[in-house]
Amino acid sequence: MPELNTSSLPDLIFTVLFFFMMVTTMREVELKVQFTTPSGTEIEKLEKKSLVSHIYIGPPTKEYRAALGPAPRIQLNDKFAEPDHIRDFVVSERESMAEKDKPFMKMSLKIDTNTQMGIVTDVKQALRKAWALNIVYSATKDGKKK
Amino acid sequence: MGKSGRKVPGLNSSSTADISFILLIFFLVTTSMDTDTGLSRRLPEWDPNAEEQEVKIKERNVMVVNVNKANEIWVKNGVINKQIEVSELKDLAKEFIANPNDNVNLPVKEDYEVPGFRTIVTTVKHVISLQTDRSTNYEVYFKVQNELTKAYNELRDEWCKQVLGKGWDDCTEDEKTYAKGMYPSKISEAEPKQYGSAALAQ
Repeated sequence: MPELNTSSLPDLIFTVLFFFMMVTTMREVELKVQFTTPSGTEIEKLEKKSLVSHIYIGPPTKEYRAALGPAPRIQLNDKFAEPDHIRDFVVSERESMAEKDKPFMKMSLKIDTNTQMGIVTDVKQALRKAWALNIVYSATKDGKKK
Repeated sequence: MGKSGRKVPGLNSSSTADISFILLIFFLVTTSMDTDTGLSRRLPEWDPNAEEQEVKIKERNVMVVNVNKANEIWVKNGVINKQIEVSELKDLAKEFIANPNDNVNLPVKEDYEVPGFRTIVTTVKHVISLQTDRSTNYEVYFKVQNELTKAYNELRDEWCKQVLGKGWDDCTEDEKTYAKGMYPSKISEAEPKQYGSAALAQ
């Protein structure tokens, strides 16, 4: 019986490899706040990743807690921020997008369940002023553990 | 002279597969395929002059959902005014939005032309005003948003079944737009402690 020809195996694997290299997005930011997003039943998927920017709100992680205390903070990119900084953040995110995508920019708000609405409202007001009106309250689907 | 006739041995490529496997596994591990999920909302446009002007809305068209700082949910419309649990909110909202029995204290029904479809009778002027305190818990707020979304989704699904004879999931994009025209999402989020400002978030 002739042996199976495996000479094309590397090519096959390379193809799969390239596929994964294309779809991969490395984790962009180092998280400095902790958060567990709420869960709900009416959750939708966000289609295009390139349109989405993230705003994180939650208590600082352990290493920063000593300096900042346990109160929830806003994180933009990899820095702690105040609501005043959101405008600049939105502008720079918008700059980095393709012209035709700009009107579809979405802000994903990843907010810890134990946050109070005050800080959330401040962020929302800042987003309105920055004309970033499409927002998503990031959440997981009920019953799906994450 | 004798060397010229010698054949160069082929490069041993049997480990190429292994090398590419290792690379593949690396990318498999670092890939984050999980897409973001959540509840989509559109914030109202910012208009610095809009602060003073109050939009007059008839009382029967408004349902106020107030989540206070003790995280209690109070619902007030033309029919009820009481504290409720999150689980009760969906049915109250559905009753309010659809007004199935033409109650005079619930939103008024009007002819409304859905673009590309036909004219239908619906409570197009209703508003659900969601009010929070600055110290309201975000999770409670989110659950309320979720229940309100559910109310709309169920109404649209029921409408699809009744009128088009198929569920929401089987509808085409156009048909979904009609269902949304029938029950347009009208959740207004007043800024905390600033009652009366009717900023619509759709």
